[in-house]
Amino acid sequence: MPKDSGIGASSKRREDVRFLTGAGNYTDDINIHGQAHVFFLRSDIAHGTINSVDTSAAEAMPGVVKIFTGADFEAVGGMPCGWQVTDKHGDPMQEPKHPVLAHGKVRHVGEPVAAVVADTLEQARDAAEAIDVDISELPAVVDMKAAVSDGATKVHDDLTSNLCYDWGFVEENKAATDEAFSNAAHVTTLELVNNRLVANPMEPRVAVGDYARGTGDHTLYTTSQNPHVIRLLMGAFVLGIPEHKLRVVAPDVGGGFGTKIFHYQEEAFCTFAAKACGRPVKWTSSRSEAFMSDAHGRDHVTKIELALDGDNNFTALRTETFANMGAYLSTFAPSVPTWLHGTLMAGNYKTPLIYVNVKAVFTNTVPVDAYRGAGRPEATFQLERVIDKAARELGVDPIALRRQNFVTEFPYATPVAVEYDTGDYVATMDKLEEMADLSGFEARRKASEARGKLRGLGVNCYIEACGIAPSNLVGQLGARAGLYESATVRVNATGGLVVMTGSHSHGQGHETAFPQVIADMIGIDESMIEIVHGDTANAPMGMGTYGSRSLAVGGSAMVRATEKIIAKAKKIASHILEASEADIELKDGTFSVAGTDKSLAWGDVTLAAYVPHNYPLEDLEPGLEETAFYDPSNFTYPAGAYACEVEVDPDTGKVTIEAFTAVDDFGNVVNPMIVTGQVHGGLAQGIGQALLENCAYDENGQLLSASYMDYAMPRADDLPFYQVDHSCQTPCTHNPLGVKGCGEAGAIGSPPSVVNAVVDALQSAGKDVTHIDMPLTPARVWAAMQG
Amino acid sequence: MYNFDIERPGSVADAATAMGREEAQALGGGQTLIPTLKQRLASPSVLVSLSGIAEMQGVCTTDDGRVAIGGATTHATVARDAAALYPGLADLASHIGDPAVRNRGTIGGSLANNDPSACYPAAALASGATIITNNREIAADDYFQGMFTTALEEGEIITEVRFPVPEASNYQKFVQPASRFALVGVFVAKFAESVRVAVTGASNDGVFRWSEAEAALSGNFSQSAVDGLSLPGDNMISDLHGTGAYRAHLVGVMTKRAVTAAG
Ligand SMILES: Cc1cc2nc3c(=O)[nH]c(=O)nc-3n(C[C@H](O)[C@H](O)[C@H](O)COP(=O)(O)OP(=O)(O)OC[C@H]3O[C@@H](n4cnc5c(N)ncnc54)[C@H](O)[C@@H]3O)c2cc1C
Repeated sequence: MPKDSGIGASSKRREDVRFLTGAGNYTDDINIHGQAHVFFLRSDIAHGTINSVDTSAAEAMPGVVKIFTGADFEAVGGMPCGWQVTDKHGDPMQEPKHPVLAHGKVRHVGEPVAAVVADTLEQARDAAEAIDVDISELPAVVDMKAAVSDGATKVHDDLTSNLCYDWGFVEENKAATDEAFSNAAHVTTLELVNNRLVANPMEPRVAVGDYARGTGDHTLYTTSQNPHVIRLLMGAFVLGIPEHKLRVVAPDVGGGFGTKIFHYQEEAFCTFAAKACGRPVKWTSSRSEAFMSDAHGRDHVTKIELALDGDNNFTALRTETFANMGAYLSTFAPSVPTWLHGTLMAGNYKTPLIYVNVKAVFTNTVPVDAYRGAGRPEATFQLERVIDKAARELGVDPIALRRQNFVTEFPYATPVAVEYDTGDYVATMDKLEEMADLSGFEARRKASEARGKLRGLGVNCYIEACGIAPSNLVGQLGARAGLYESATVRVNATGGLVVMTGSHSHGQGHETAFPQVIADMIGIDESMIEIVHGDTANAPMGMGTYGSRSLAVGGSAMVRATEKIIAKAKKIASHILEASEADIELKDGTFSVAGTDKSLAWGDVTLAAYVPHNYPLEDLEPGLEETAFYDPSNFTYPAGAYACEVEVDPDTGKVTIEAFTAVDDFGNVVNPMIVTGQVHGGLAQGIGQALLENCAYDENGQLLSASYMDYAMPRADDLPFYQVDHSCQTPCTHNPLGVKGCGEAGAIGSPPSVVNAVVDALQSAGKDVTHIDMPLTPARVWAAMQG
Repeated sequence: MYNFDIERPGSVADAATAMGREEAQALGGGQTLIPTLKQRLASPSVLVSLSGIAEMQGVCTTDDGRVAIGGATTHATVARDAAALYPGLADLASHIGDPAVRNRGTIGGSLANNDPSACYPAAALASGATIITNNREIAADDYFQGMFTTALEEGEIITEVRFPVPEASNYQKFVQPASRFALVGVFVAKFAESVRVAVTGASNDGVFRWSEAEAALSGNFSQSAVDGLSLPGDNMISDLHGTGAYRAHLVGVMTKRAVTAAG
């Protein structure tokens, strides 16, 4: 029977009541008395030299408070990059300056050139139109391979070229990998593009800066996934404000998908301008601005080669990837095509030799950074596509080829520097074959054919790495941050608990799931536990939410803090019950002495902690509040197997998804309903990438897909009813909850099965199509069918 | 948005007067115009709202058997009230945009705007409709003059559109995946003497009649009549969503489907 509370129960998402009834408190809901509004004048030229920015006419316009240009920020630091990658020669990556407002040059369409602060937004816009910006246009650098060819225009004059880094991983494997290729019985090669995406959270970015003249305290309200990270980056590296004078609040946040991890210019601007103007300054992104200022995702061009021996065992894998950084390095951009991508190239397979080469390239486009999955979808896509292609070339069943090469013994050390603690890829594949009724596929194909449609089946596996850690290792890899998580558990006198977590919820459901864990640990009702997050003024220094880390890392910190609470509460109980501490048991919210009928309710003990009349004051401090910082010893490795069935209309090339089955191993599951929801959302984004979404630039660096008129977001009727399962559970071996993370799996695991399915459908009609680049729009599929 | 005045006339005559003000612009459902204003791409000084003019609302049949639709009638009203009178047209209206768009957007606004990917222009042209304005009647064949260009004069208001009702008709829309406007839309109308085929979404010249298909279908109203016919791709729209060749191909596919669906 399903549980109705605690770990394993599908408790209803308590936060949804406020979200769905319009009672949320989003950043745009925050209006501070006396606030002014900023409008950013953004470049409509991709690359050019700024000759002058004349604000004199604009300054005289009604309502204008102050106008800022790049020159006003010369004394201020640039936007920092949080990860330094070392190239294959051991040299640091090239790291360009990233100004708050463009200075000297503009480098992408959408880069802010000037900022007008005025009483109202419309006044600020009016004044912005009166600013005279004189820019001499330069040739735009758009194509990555052209960008790194000899004689290419440079995006940054002070760098030696447009190459940010040339990364080899694992460089020591290269020679042996090349040798394995020369000895291979078969080599399959595939060149592909992982299309650039725009995250498009429902809530656009917002920043409100406030400055208290009386105390010198700064406050920034912002749409962030990690307010402490913003406080550190902005305070220490951009504006020079110490943490104790800077509070960053990320209240309800309407979706992030990675793009709200990063520290953006608008945040630094509003914080800076609030002091400079003596008024709170607010910015709310329009949807059009979001397209050209939110960090984009993906954008890799890859050549992958798979070597097999005569028995179809994978013997080596070799890849060369060009990864677009855009015009500047967004906060964690360098880590995405390297440590979040190269380390995943083994997938679910025991390929003994792997060599990954990544060239990160600057172009005159919006910066690219982590987007749901971040590096892992790119790894999974190329690997699962090349395996499918190999199976077709060899005439073997693609599932059998995968099974034959699965990792089956754990822990497993891959040749790309990570160790999978646990997993059971055979079990997830078995479950998939059963749930998706793969044996019935041929009959369904015939039925489709009878209706004039081509049916295809695509299957793939995936593995991902969540909760990137431990901190000392990521430090060696170039992270300029720790990757632990924190929690403070405060028990109130009457027994209720408040958990201040360094994790951040922007739709995930922490406020529901986290209490389920504590409710089980203490044996009290979930409603007695409240989760507080998103404010540096109350939560301990935390690292926030991304990389599916909240429960695995943040939840573990909360468990550790709760364990300390329980240990102390037992001491108090043992004093009151006059028993030995070792004999005290806590069950169902009651402390009892083993082997006796003596007991004490949870609330009696918590009250004693704050009204310490009968209390061991000489041995124990009063109060019941504990903090823990948890630094994991390894990543977690969720994995799964997905199947997609499509129909292709041969007349138009239109693809429809007829069935989609996702079998995931997330380890232990705290709230199955929330996990299912996370998978659904991930699948929508993965299928969106595979069939619809495409962020495109023309050769002049103009953004072609700059609105929903041209950028196709998946809608409900583009998607099938999913079959989702997470009953295959191999608990993580190194965190206290045995959980792995589920936020990104759907987006990581789904694109290859969609493309595999379409290729299968076309081949079933005798078309010689081995690959189509995403998104598989009707036009592209039709063109591929024409040969 | 820039500042503007708003006028809410109650009659066509008052609307025409209001349109005489400097830099006046008609406001239908605002589904195209309001986003344009928000982006500061237009700066009319007066908006003349047509939605309060009773004589520009509704669907009826004229004495000569044509279906007459008031210029300010919403797509949702056409979808509902023309369903029995002109099913092909009502079906087209029911697939424009989403419910919010259909409840605000109007036939007059759509025809005045003449977006090259809009649906109504195909119906008007294939039906041989008459566009009636506050001072004249314009045959559809003369009305559409290229992308976003029509025979309307400055300040002229579409008050009504009259559609001859074909014996059989159908509109096939192949949607552009992002906007869901027509990547290619084909309206086929079979009259007693002839067949008219109008194509939207495809051409750089906006909505057009495919005369070759019309001739073939007039003799033989079946899919097979269109087999072997093809349009050149060179004057077709080529963009992120499809090449000219693809659009030209889709015109054939959608025409056949429309013929089959019209029955
Ligand atoms: C999300 C979305 C999806 C859409 N999808 C589709 C689709 O699939 N197919 C499709 O065909 N359309 C689609 N549209 C457009 C929609 O049909 C609009 O209704 C139409 O383009 C304009 O009509 P309107 O009444 O809103 O005109 P408005 O936006 O008010 O005006 C448009 C133009 O017409 C002028 N005008 C308005 N009424 C008159 C009149 N009676 N006489 C003279 N001039 C007039 C205005 O001055 C303006 O220049 C979509 C729109 C949106 C927002």
